[in-house]
Amino acid sequence: MTNHWIDLQHGDVILLQGSNAAENHPISFKWIMKAKERGAIVIHVDPRFTRTSSKADIYTPLRPGTDIALFGGMINYIIEKEKYFKEYVVNYTNASFIVNDKFDFHDGLFSGYNPATRKYDKSTWTIQKDEKGIPVKDPTLQHPRCVFQLLKKHYSRYDIETVSRITGTPVKDLLKVYEAYASTGVPDRAGTILYALGQTQHTSGVQNIRALSIIQLLLGNIGICGGGVNALRGEPNVQGSTDFAILYDSLPGYLKAMTVSTKTLEDYLKKNTPVSKDPMSANWYQNYPKYMVSLLKAWFGDRATKENEFGYSWLPRLDDGQICDVLNMIDNMSKGKIKGLICVAQNPACSLPNSNKVREAFKNLDWMVHVNIFNNETASFWKGPGMDPQKIKTEVFLLPAAASVEKEGSQTNSGRWVQWKYEAAKAPGDCIYTGDIIIRLVSKLKELYRTDKKAVFPDPILNLKWDYTDNKGRMDVVKVSKTINGYFLEDVTIGDKTYKKGDCVPSFALLQADGRTSSGCWIMCGAFTENGTNLMARRKKDDPTGLGLYPQWAWAWPVNRRIIYNRASVDLNGKPYNPKRPLLAWVDGKWVGDVPDGPWPPMADKEKGKYPFIMKPDGVSSLFGPGLNDGPFPEHYEPLEGPVTNNLLSSQLRNPVIRIFSGPYDKVASSDPKYPFVMTTYTSTEHWCTGAITRWQSWLTEAQPQVYVEISEELAKLKGIKNGDKVKVESVRGSVLCVAMVTPRLQPLNCGGKSIHVVGMTFNYGWLFPEDCGDSANLLTPTAGDANTGTPEYKAFMVNITKV
Amino acid sequence: MSSTRREFLAGAGALVGGLAISSLGIDLTSVIAYAEEMKKIEKVKTARQTTSICCYCSVGCGLICSTDKKTGKIINIEGDPDHPINEGSLCAKGAGIFQTTEANSHRLTKVLYRAPGSDKWQVKSWNWAITEIAKRIKKTRDTGFMAKNSKGEVVNRVENIAHMGSSNIDNEECWLIASMVRAMGLVYIDHQARV
Repeated sequence: MTNHWIDLQHGDVILLQGSNAAENHPISFKWIMKAKERGAIVIHVDPRFTRTSSKADIYTPLRPGTDIALFGGMINYIIEKEKYFKEYVVNYTNASFIVNDKFDFHDGLFSGYNPATRKYDKSTWTIQKDEKGIPVKDPTLQHPRCVFQLLKKHYSRYDIETVSRITGTPVKDLLKVYEAYASTGVPDRAGTILYALGQTQHTSGVQNIRALSIIQLLLGNIGICGGGVNALRGEPNVQGSTDFAILYDSLPGYLKAMTVSTKTLEDYLKKNTPVSKDPMSANWYQNYPKYMVSLLKAWFGDRATKENEFGYSWLPRLDDGQICDVLNMIDNMSKGKIKGLICVAQNPACSLPNSNKVREAFKNLDWMVHVNIFNNETASFWKGPGMDPQKIKTEVFLLPAAASVEKEGSQTNSGRWVQWKYEAAKAPGDCIYTGDIIIRLVSKLKELYRTDKKAVFPDPILNLKWDYTDNKGRMDVVKVSKTINGYFLEDVTIGDKTYKKGDCVPSFALLQADGRTSSGCWIMCGAFTENGTNLMARRKKDDPTGLGLYPQWAWAWPVNRRIIYNRASVDLNGKPYNPKRPLLAWVDGKWVGDVPDGPWPPMADKEKGKYPFIMKPDGVSSLFGPGLNDGPFPEHYEPLEGPVTNNLLSSQLRNPVIRIFSGPYDKVASSDPKYPFVMTTYTSTEHWCTGAITRWQSWLTEAQPQVYVEISEELAKLKGIKNGDKVKVESVRGSVLCVAMVTPRLQPLNCGGKSIHVVGMTFNYGWLFPEDCGDSANLLTPTAGDANTGTPEYKAFMVNITKV
Repeated sequence: MSSTRREFLAGAGALVGGLAISSLGIDLTSVIAYAEEMKKIEKVKTARQTTSICCYCSVGCGLICSTDKKTGKIINIEGDPDHPINEGSLCAKGAGIFQTTEANSHRLTKVLYRAPGSDKWQVKSWNWAITEIAKRIKKTRDTGFMAKNSKGEVVNRVENIAHMGSSNIDNEECWLIASMVRAMGLVYIDHQARV
């Protein structure tokens, strides 16, 4: 989230698209309802009418997988009707930048596409620079090659009738949504867009978010109180686990993974440290070397020296372009290339797409280690449906972990608040902290590598700093937490202040690139004060702005800033655009309000002033975004599996660079009369994810006992199915038996005269427990991923339903 | 804890006395259930209270856990009324978080091992499991370690071991995992954030 949960109350228009917040983030809805009580307009766009829709002022459906068409229509509306916030667009976005003459878009393809590799050569997706290396601009936005004019041209194709024929959303509803939302393109109104997996779990998931970000930038809704792009994330610490990079393609703090082309630390830092020639751009990532070297010092301690590049060469490197995400992981496991799996608190046997492929792949493992608080379908895959344990050679170690309330530590919510929790009781039986399991495992590995003279490349294991236990041999949580924050490793004088060796570094602005500081994750630097006070544990409720920022409750990264990009909430002179909700103001030579995005004066100060988007090399936000794999502007394509044979906007049916697979389990059946219905998947209030934790709880299973499929009354009539009938839901990849729930919450959609039935299932079940609760909806889903992130397309695919 | 809540609990206790007197000669089922709740409230009043954060979605609602001082067991978990986000309220899952504790007999409490071809779990000790797992990691890693790629470039990576998870453990645990997997040389590293 750019903003935070409590801030939702300040939205004047709240658009929920791809989220059922009332049921899946129920407490967030308290703040949405507060906004509504104040007079805010709540809009819900979703294939299914849910409890969120029931509280909305405007509800309208759309066909799963057509969000970009709907957003594209809104961009077109905003530009055509001149509803955009011009001053913001000119000064705070790259709308005025002139694009490379060779950049082009034609019939669904951007310039540089290579059909043989299914990849784009992005060399024409650039901004023109002047002789000093500064972007060429036309602040009048009239130049035919400026970003604004190209954006206008691109989305002029998204006229409302075409959009309606694609999405199945009635024209009158589209107009209502566009009109209401575009009303926020003025200084004193805020619009916020909330989304969840309904936006991300598509082959164009990243571009969905890009599209809604473009809307927010055109309307001046980023960086302001009550605005923002707000992902309602679904796991308790998914923000933290992303920050700490349990991911192949990044390192803690969003630093980049190492690749073969950066042979030395110097190469690596040069490649990843952006340069800006514009004196008004803060280009915060020019500090990249400080964060990387401090991370290496946290990992390897005294063993990391200038002479050995702080241990850079001990870390694994990817081939350039190598993808090691879950989709490739499972694919390579099914080919027998992966022999061991360590799986912590995740249930891939039910949560990854195409479960049959996943469960079969596990059979190729020599060993699996699984850590959890309850048993699940992953740890017990060898006795699942269709499995013969005698023929499965995989050894499985199932390790009992302490539950959340039995552990001290911190957890980061979607609004970037890092909150401290305490151990309420000792975990039962032999359960220990997951952290203790990791500590013991690494300690044992160190012992094995130390004693084996023939051990292969023992350096990183032996040199890893690993002193995280207390005097009882248990994980010292605070010690790990302080290592993440970072220390001064010797006395360091910065300005007129000297920090002592052993002090915590109180802000990442003080980290050094020469090995004198450590920090295990630079964005977390500042969670402890210099003398070691834990700011994450704070419980003071002072609210000096009156906006509910609560700056002394817990701690938020970065540097306790509660709303990021907040310098975009003021005009060039630092005066709040919205006097009713002033998030930040430049008063008597200093900033008052939230922690500003940097100390510099506002932009009107031509000497010391800086642009507001300090993390971008050009200092402004990107309407034209050249960094993605599938184009600088979001473009509508159909899902991998869909009900239509042509794309009304171009002759490219699908996004040409999505991730697809060709193994025996990777079958696709698009526009196939055998699978005529669009399926989408979701969760319920009472269960969490695959139900791996919640299905063991009687209070919850009593409320939601078994798997069901929701179908419309029209489809039920067509198929002779009654409410409560047992039915088989089948895709080309698998089938699930479940109970039919016939409901008016789903209605057939009229897509350009064609009636399309949408059905829906929850993904909360698995074969293990409770008995006869049904199995995973992911037996049906395809192994296909977004072109940028590889996020699977769980939200739009094709099925058939028959009564059994 | 705010004094308002304490006053509320004290008031509720007073109510029990009133019910006991008026209950002579009538069906007591609901009253007994109510009295049980009251006993629990009495216990909660004397329990050790700690704060925590909900373990489901990422709204980050505050919890108050009450732990019996004698047994050391958690006896109640409820929303933290002082928490600025949830202000004491919880959803159905959060309100049921007590069932993730020891009170739930389905909890895993022993180290379990499934041998090749076996159809059952065996109970093992931590020492045995950590040693055996470390041995397997070492063997698989040392067999699969790639010092160079096919072009002869230095890669120092391991492609035959994968790591998955997790977004439902604490930050400090996430960081230990992120550190361990890089020291091992793994590149197949992923978790719930992507899916």
